[in-house]
Amino acid sequence: MSYEPIKFYQTGTFTIGNRLLAPEQRTGQADMGRTNSLNSGHRACQGCGEALGARYAIDAVMRATGNQMIACNATGCLEVFSTPYPETSWQIPWIHSLFGNAAAVATGVAAAMKVKGKKDVRVIAQGGDGGTTDIGFGCLSGMFERNDDVLYICYDNQAYMNTGVQRSSATPPAARTATTMPVGPEPGNAWGQGKNVPQIAMAHGIPYVATATVADLHDLEAKVKRAMEFRGARYIHIFVPCPLGWGAASHDTIRLARLAKETGLFPVYSAEYGEVVSVSKIRQKQPVEDYLRPQRRFAHLFGKNPNVEVIARFQEMADRNIRKFGLLDDNK
Amino acid sequence: MENKQIDKPFAITLDVGSSLANKTGSWRTFRPVYLQRIPPCNNQCPAGENIQGWLFHAESGNYREAWKTLTADNPMPGVMGRVCYHTCESACNRGQLDSAVGINSVERFLGDEALKQNWQFDKPVKESGKKVLVVGAGPSGLSAAYHLRRMGHQVTIQEAGPVAGGMMRFGIPKYRLPREVLDGEIQRIVNLGVDLKLNSKVKDIQETMKAGGYDAVFLAVGAHIGKRTDIPACEGSRILDAAAVLRSMEGEDKPMLGRRVAIYGGGNTAMDVARTAKRLGAEEVVVIYRRTRDKMPAHDFEVEEALQEGVLMKWLSTIKGMESGVITVEKVALEEDGALSPTGEFETLEADSLILALGQDVELSLLENVPGMEIKNGVVHVNQHMMTGAPGIFAGGDMVPSDRTVTVAIGHGKKAARHIDAWLNGGEYVKPAKHEVATFDKLNTWYYTDAPKTVRPMLDIIRRQSTFEEVQGGLDENNALFEARRCLSCGNCFECDNCYGVCPDNAVIKLGPGKKFEFNYDYCKGCGICVEECPCGAIKMVPEQI
Ligand SMILES: Cc1cc2nc3c(=O)[nH]c(=O)nc-3n(C[C@H](O)[C@H](O)[C@H](O)COP(=O)(O)OP(=O)(O)OC[C@H]3O[C@@H](n4cnc5c(N)ncnc54)[C@H](O)[C@@H]3O)c2cc1C
Ligand SMILES: Cc1ncc(C[n+]2csc(CCOP(=O)(O)OP(=O)(O)O)c2C)c(N)n1
Ligand code: SF4
Ligand code: SF4
Ligand SMILES: [Mg+2]
Repeated sequence: MSYEPIKFYQTGTFTIGNRLLAPEQRTGQADMGRTNSLNSGHRACQGCGEALGARYAIDAVMRATGNQMIACNATGCLEVFSTPYPETSWQIPWIHSLFGNAAAVATGVAAAMKVKGKKDVRVIAQGGDGGTTDIGFGCLSGMFERNDDVLYICYDNQAYMNTGVQRSSATPPAARTATTMPVGPEPGNAWGQGKNVPQIAMAHGIPYVATATVADLHDLEAKVKRAMEFRGARYIHIFVPCPLGWGAASHDTIRLARLAKETGLFPVYSAEYGEVVSVSKIRQKQPVEDYLRPQRRFAHLFGKNPNVEVIARFQEMADRNIRKFGLLDDNK
Repeated sequence: MENKQIDKPFAITLDVGSSLANKTGSWRTFRPVYLQRIPPCNNQCPAGENIQGWLFHAESGNYREAWKTLTADNPMPGVMGRVCYHTCESACNRGQLDSAVGINSVERFLGDEALKQNWQFDKPVKESGKKVLVVGAGPSGLSAAYHLRRMGHQVTIQEAGPVAGGMMRFGIPKYRLPREVLDGEIQRIVNLGVDLKLNSKVKDIQETMKAGGYDAVFLAVGAHIGKRTDIPACEGSRILDAAAVLRSMEGEDKPMLGRRVAIYGGGNTAMDVARTAKRLGAEEVVVIYRRTRDKMPAHDFEVEEALQEGVLMKWLSTIKGMESGVITVEKVALEEDGALSPTGEFETLEADSLILALGQDVELSLLENVPGMEIKNGVVHVNQHMMTGAPGIFAGGDMVPSDRTVTVAIGHGKKAARHIDAWLNGGEYVKPAKHEVATFDKLNTWYYTDAPKTVRPMLDIIRRQSTFEEVQGGLDENNALFEARRCLSCGNCFECDNCYGVCPDNAVIKLGPGKKFEFNYDYCKGCGICVEECPCGAIKMVPEQI
């Protein structure tokens, strides 16, 4: 765990706030005066996990830096739905350049700040999984390798959503996308390892790497705060369900994120200088079906003749994560 | 405007504006609305307590406010926390998660706290000038008097006995309800300005009403006459009735029951006399009951506690006769269809006394010649306004058809008070429309931390067999707070901030502590995440009228 959970009935620290907790024990999002970095009126779909994740994360950065921050945004839904000319939803200094170069732009901004002697102004880069794991990967790896003083946040919705749900290297196997149709002997996206950027980031030995989901805000905020305590390259990978691209109900966004973690399919942990330092344990272990079934991108695995082999492979994937990261409490 | 455009950089023609100009609320086909669903506990409580409401205050340690909310419906939490059969806990949603909230134990804590701190009820703000007579100072009469007085009416209680309390005093033994608690809670009602007349049995209701110039009356005389059964008994056989035995426990001379005591019946009263007999020193106490244990009307916990204290049970047995200290018992067989049939197998057992605990009848002589009064199966018929067939005469508690418990009696008192109040004002009390019930499926239980129920301490067994000390202990402050916080707040916002946090469109407005939340429909796209993630089911989606 990245924070000390409070066993304080009735909900402890599971909820966003809780009137029974002291204000400093609640999340920043419970605060009436929160920044709302990403303002209302943005054009994200109903129930967008990325819009939610971005507000959670950037508000937390604002708090950690005393509002002294600049964000560099890759092309993707987050950029397109927030800034259709001439409107913007961002209530922070914010710059957009291209799809693949957010890390490089951020490196440049950080260098500029250094030259101007503005040590207190911190730089963030953010983008989708496509912009991060595919086209922007070279710039990102360079930023890591040079240990540039940037926090890069990836909002992982597991495909190129902005251009109509094409697969990315973060798309899970078997998932239906516009470019991986559920046809042929191996319907949906091909089975492979994908590209696990948090692990690759750790391999760079950078000061801080973490994964998080929009289903555990206390954890997410604690990780952003921790990230801002370091100088140098840092990376946070946030799991953000996409109702449109996944064919899920708009109200299930947080539930699906929770299930991704509780099944073990998306391990939530943090690492410092390449070593895992915290793991969010599974609280109520769930079978992978519970996560897959509500999503139409996996509909071809169910129906009259469920594809039990593929479902079993997902379960193996989850179990491997559970073993690898020690996601289950020993006494469970 | 023209000039400004020229000043702009290449290809820029408009000022940067905020996305607030884009009212995304227009996308919506369903809208979330806050609502208050009725929690299953409240829905179940025979006294109509707002349980979730008072637990809410207890959760923050505001016991005074909790007590106030509780006593708005039920003036006797100390009594309730001891004798109520707490059906609320069987309905409690938390029961489906781990174990039900210990509602009853928190209620007792609040009742005891109020007595300790000497909290009193607020006096009525204005007097109505109407006079109401209450007949009987049992729980039903006391409850009606309390509510009527708070509504500003002048209330007189006429009680036949030398002290108030009814069956709470003359039925329920001390080891379950210490008399200081009962006395304290009755006194508090009297302090409101209720005129309590003891030793003044009402013999003819019409006459008493006329003589006192009463505008309305509430009858709550209970059921006190022990039911008899034809048991052939010879001279020298000591056959008593349970109600009378328990009643005499309140007097100077304790009943003489002997060394071996038999009790006939399987209800709660049978358990109470059996346990009382044990405490009076009987060596052998046997309960004789016609059916099997699971058919016993007594609550299981009472049977269990009696067994723990050494009371013996003889099931599937009827008493055929008693002759000079020997009871003849016939074994009966339980047929498949549930009917009982005699077996012709007899046995005898020695007993110094036999106590009949076969239920009680209502003494109705005061109602003779009242026009319109309808009496069926020995109880008085009332309509849905708790009014008898005689205008202005209302009735409740054990004397009307319903479950016979203190809680039901108190509930009747409240309900009758509302109808009497409306009747006195020439109107009719209209019950507010009931909200939908907050069933378990409306909750998102992920958010509640795992917290097993707190167990109340029990008096050790030796003292339970020999003294009348209270058997079940109470919770201390820490435990009570913990227990209150186990409440899931079913159907009612408890300000966890989830809706405020989880909205991707910042369309939930937080109004501040105690003021809850509001939707900003200009931007709410109707995704429904708030509804899904509200732990307690205090939000629902309703279709937009398009
Ligand atoms: C042994 C025993 C144990 C019980 N234990 C429990 C328990 O643990 N929990 C529970 O919920 N219920 C219990 N009950 C049931 C409960 O006590 C009754 O249902 C409840 O007291 C009924 O309330 P009431 O106000 O209708 O009548 P009562 O409590 O019977 O009060 C009626 C009052 O009216 C007075 N009265 C009668 N006639 C007249 C008259 N003509 N004029 C003036 N006054 C009159 C009586 O003296 C009495 O004080 C128990 C009952 C018994 C017998
Ligand atoms: C060089 C380049 N190629 C393609 C595009 C078109 N494009 C814009 S956003 C996008 C996909 C974004 O996917 P991702 O980074 O996962 O973000 P998401 O929209 O899913 O949040 C693509 C392919 C582009 N803008 N630039
Ligand atoms: S959890 Fe609380 S509100 Fe819900 S039924 Fe139980 S006591 Fe009532
Ligand atoms: S989510 Fe929490 S704060 Fe919002 S209505 Fe439900 S209980 Fe109240
Ligand atoms: Mg994406």
